[in-house]
Amino acid sequence: MNFDFSDDQKMLRDQARKFLNEKSSTKTVRTVLNDDAKSFDADLWKAVAAQGWLGVTIPEEHGGLGLGRLELCVLAEEIGRAIAPIPFSSTLYFFTEALLSAGSAEQQAKVLPGVVDGSVIGAFAVSEGPGAPSPTSIEAQFDGSKLTGVKIPVTDGDIATHAVVLAREGAGLSLVLVDLNQAAVKRETLQTLDPTRGHARLTFTKATAERIGKAGEGWDLAEGVLDRAAVLIAFEQIGGSQACLDMSVEYAKGRYAFSRQIGSFQAIKHKLADMYVGIELARSNAYYGAWALSTESSQLPIAAAAARIAASDAYYFAAKENIQAHGGMGYTWEVDCHLFYRRSKLLAVQAGGPGVWKEKLVRRLELKNAA
Amino acid sequence: MDFNDSSEEAAFRAEARAWLEKTLGPPASRATMKTEGDVIKASKAYQAKKAAAGYVGLTWRKDVGGRELPPIFQVIFSQEEQKFQAPVSPFGIGLGMCIPTVIAFHSADKIKRYVGPALRGEEIWCQLFSEPSAGSDVAGLKTKAVRDGDDWIVNGQKVWTSGAHYCDYGILLVRTNPEKEKHKGLTMFVVNMKAPGVEVRPIHQMSGGSNFNEVYFTDVRISDSERLGEVGNGWNVALVTLMNERLAVGGSAGPEYGEILELARNTPSPSGKGSLLQDQAFREKLAGWYVSAEGYTLGKYRTMTALSKGQTPGPENSIGKLLNANRMQDLANAAIEGEDHFGIISDPAVAPLQGAFHNAYMWAPGLRIAGGTDEILRNIIAERVLGLPQDVRVDKGVAYKDLPTGR
Ligand SMILES: Cc1cc2nc3c(=O)[nH]c(=O)nc-3n(C[C@H](O)[C@H](O)[C@H](O)COP(=O)(O)OP(=O)(O)OC[C@H]3O[C@@H](n4cnc5c(N)ncnc54)[C@H](O)[C@@H]3O)c2cc1C
Repeated sequence: MNFDFSDDQKMLRDQARKFLNEKSSTKTVRTVLNDDAKSFDADLWKAVAAQGWLGVTIPEEHGGLGLGRLELCVLAEEIGRAIAPIPFSSTLYFFTEALLSAGSAEQQAKVLPGVVDGSVIGAFAVSEGPGAPSPTSIEAQFDGSKLTGVKIPVTDGDIATHAVVLAREGAGLSLVLVDLNQAAVKRETLQTLDPTRGHARLTFTKATAERIGKAGEGWDLAEGVLDRAAVLIAFEQIGGSQACLDMSVEYAKGRYAFSRQIGSFQAIKHKLADMYVGIELARSNAYYGAWALSTESSQLPIAAAAARIAASDAYYFAAKENIQAHGGMGYTWEVDCHLFYRRSKLLAVQAGGPGVWKEKLVRRLELKNAA
Repeated sequence: MDFNDSSEEAAFRAEARAWLEKTLGPPASRATMKTEGDVIKASKAYQAKKAAAGYVGLTWRKDVGGRELPPIFQVIFSQEEQKFQAPVSPFGIGLGMCIPTVIAFHSADKIKRYVGPALRGEEIWCQLFSEPSAGSDVAGLKTKAVRDGDDWIVNGQKVWTSGAHYCDYGILLVRTNPEKEKHKGLTMFVVNMKAPGVEVRPIHQMSGGSNFNEVYFTDVRISDSERLGEVGNGWNVALVTLMNERLAVGGSAGPEYGEILELARNTPSPSGKGSLLQDQAFREKLAGWYVSAEGYTLGKYRTMTALSKGQTPGPENSIGKLLNANRMQDLANAAIEGEDHFGIISDPAVAPLQGAFHNAYMWAPGLRIAGGTDEILRNIIAERVLGLPQDVRVDKGVAYKDLPTGR
C-alpha cells in the first residue's frame, strides 16, 4: 500500500502552485469579479492550455498527455486554492469525463482535441429548476436529432462552446452532445453568488444534437459522471479550504487585541484546529476517492460520495470561519475572504448538494451492507 | 497511489488470518461480558501464542525482539486481529507506550530484562503520569523522588492509572527538583508495582467498572539503574511516551456505522412510517459517521505511508482520538434515542448487540478525557501543527515551588 501521491505528482503540484501564484493571484480573480461583462479570464485559460493541463486525462491520440486521474486531482487542488476564474471543472471534470466514458470514437475525435488546445469549453447541463433533479423531473426532450428544453443554471453555460445535456428520449433519459454556437440555442447570463464563474440559462429550441452513449442510459451515465466529478471537485474544495485556513493562521498571528495575538485566544485556536480537522478528514476521504477513480474501482460510488460530503462540509466551515477570524476586515470587499465564501457555495451545490450526496452515500452503504 | 496489498502484504495477511483462525476460532460476534480476571487470563494466553508465532513487535528492532517490518504490516495484522476480536486490551498501554519508552531510554541489559516478558504477555505495564493536581498540566505534578545513595525514595500519589491493579511494572514521572521550572525538574523511572510502599486503590468509574486506580507511593525505593534518561530530563522522555500514545490510542473500539445501520433497519422511525433507516434526519447522521470513521482509517493509512518513508509520527495524529471519541458518543446516543423508550435498557440479554451501544455511551466520556482532553488536543493542533502562539503563560520562568496551585 502507498497512500500518497508520487514524487512526480508532487512536483506537478509545486509547478502548478507556482504557475497559479503568478498567473491567478486573487487580483486576477478580481478582474473577473469586478467586471459584469466578464465571466472568465480568457488569457489564463490560454496559459493553462499552453501548460498542457487541459489534456492531462485525454489520450495522446487526441492530442492529450494521457496521464491518469491522479494528476488531474493534483491540478484540481491547486485550481481550487487559487479560485481560478476559468471553466476548468466544467470542461474537464464533467464534459470531458462524460465524453471519455460514453462518447463514441468519432465524438471524442471531434471535440477532445479542441479541449486540449482550449478552443472547446464544455458544460454539463442537468438542472432545470429548484431542487435536486430526479429521473422523473427532467423535461428537456431529445427526438433523436433535435433538443428542446430549458436548462438552468448551467455553470459556464455563457462561455461554453459545447454542452452535454441530460434529456428525455422516448420513455427514458439520454445524454446528448450539443454545439452551443447555433441559432437554436439561446443563452441568458445569470447573476450568481460566485461571479468569478459564469452561469447561464440555456434554452434549446429544436437545436441540433447527437446522443452520447445508449438511449435510455442517460441517468446512469450522468450519475457516473457526477461520481467522477465529485472526487475532482473535492480536491478543488480542499485547495480552497486550505487557503482559508492559511489566511486565518496568518491573520491570527499578526492581529493583536487586548495586547495579545488573537491566535493566542482559545476560541480562535480551537476554531482553526477544527478547520484543520475538517480539512484532513476531507483529504483522507478524497485520497481514497482519487485512488478509486484512477483505478476504476468498484468502490468509487461510495468513496466519491464520502469525499464530496467531507469536502463540502470542510469548505463551508473554513470559508465562514475565515471571515469570522478576520473580524470587520473579513466583511469587506477588498479582503479576499468572500471570494472563498462564494466559491465554496458554488462547489457545494454544483454537482448536487450535500443533502443529495448524503442520501446517495447511505443508499450505497445500505446495498453494500445487505450484500 | 496504490491501495491494494502488494503480493508480499497479501501473503502476510493470508498467513495472519490463517493463524488467527486456528488460534482463536471463527470471528465471533461481539464478545459477551466476562469478568476482568477472565479477560486478563485470556489475553495473557493469547499474547504468549502470538509471541511464539512471531506476530509481536512487528515493526521493532530485531535486537529487542522485533521483526523490523514496515508499519503497514502492523496495520494489516491489527486489521485482521480486530475481525477476530482478539483479547489485547490489557497490553495497549504497555506495548504501545511504556515499552517503546523503555527501548528508547533504558540500558541494554534492562531492555533485555523487560521487553521479552512484555512481548510474551507475562508482564503488564501501566503509565503513572497523572496526579490529582496535574492532568492536562501533567508537568505540574507533585510526587517527589529524593536521591539516597544508589537509590531514589519516592513519595506521593498518582491517579487515573489504568490497569495499575493488575500491572507488574509502570513508567513513573516524578519531580526530582522543585527549585527548577516545572518542566525542568522532572525525571522518569521504571517502577515495580509490587515493591513495598506501592499501594493501589481502585477508583469506581461512572460506568460502574473499576479500570483505573489511585496509586500511593510511601517511601518506595527505586534503584538509580531504573532511571529512564537523564535526571531532570523527564519531560522529554514523557514526550516520547506521549508521541507513541498518539499512535496507540485512537481506535474507537465501539459500534460503528455498519452496526447502527443494521439496528436502524429493524427499528421503526419516529414518524411511524417505515424504519429508522428510512428517516431522513437519521440518514444524514449516518452519512456523517461514515465519513468520519473512514476518514480516520484512511488518515491512519496516510500516516503509515509517511512512516514507511521515514517520517516520525507528528502532532497531526491528535486528530484520531478527537474524531473517534466524539463519534462514539454521538453514535451511541443516536442508537439509544432511536430505540425510543426501549433504548434505556442496557441489559445485555435484552439490548441490541448485548448492550454495546450502552457501553459505548458510558465509555465515550472517558475517552474524550483520557490521553489528552478534546480541548488539549485542539490546543496541540493549533500550536504544534498550525504554529499559533501559546496561550498567555503564568508558569514560565517560575520555580515549581513558587507556582500558584488551586484546590
Ligand atoms: C479512562 C481514563 C483513563 C486514564 N488512564 C490514565 C493512565 O493510565 N495513566 C495516566 O497517567 N493518566 C490516565 N488518565 C488521566 C488523563 O490523562 C487525565 O484525566 C487528563 O489528562 C485530564 O486531566 P485532569 O483529569 O486533571 O483534568 P483537568 O486537566 O483538570 O481538566 C479539566 C477541564 O479543563 C480543561 N482544560 C485544562 N487545561 C486546559 C487548557 N490549557 N485549555 C483548555 N482547557 C483546559 C480540560 O480540557 C477539561 O475539560 C486517564 C483518564 C481517564 C478518563
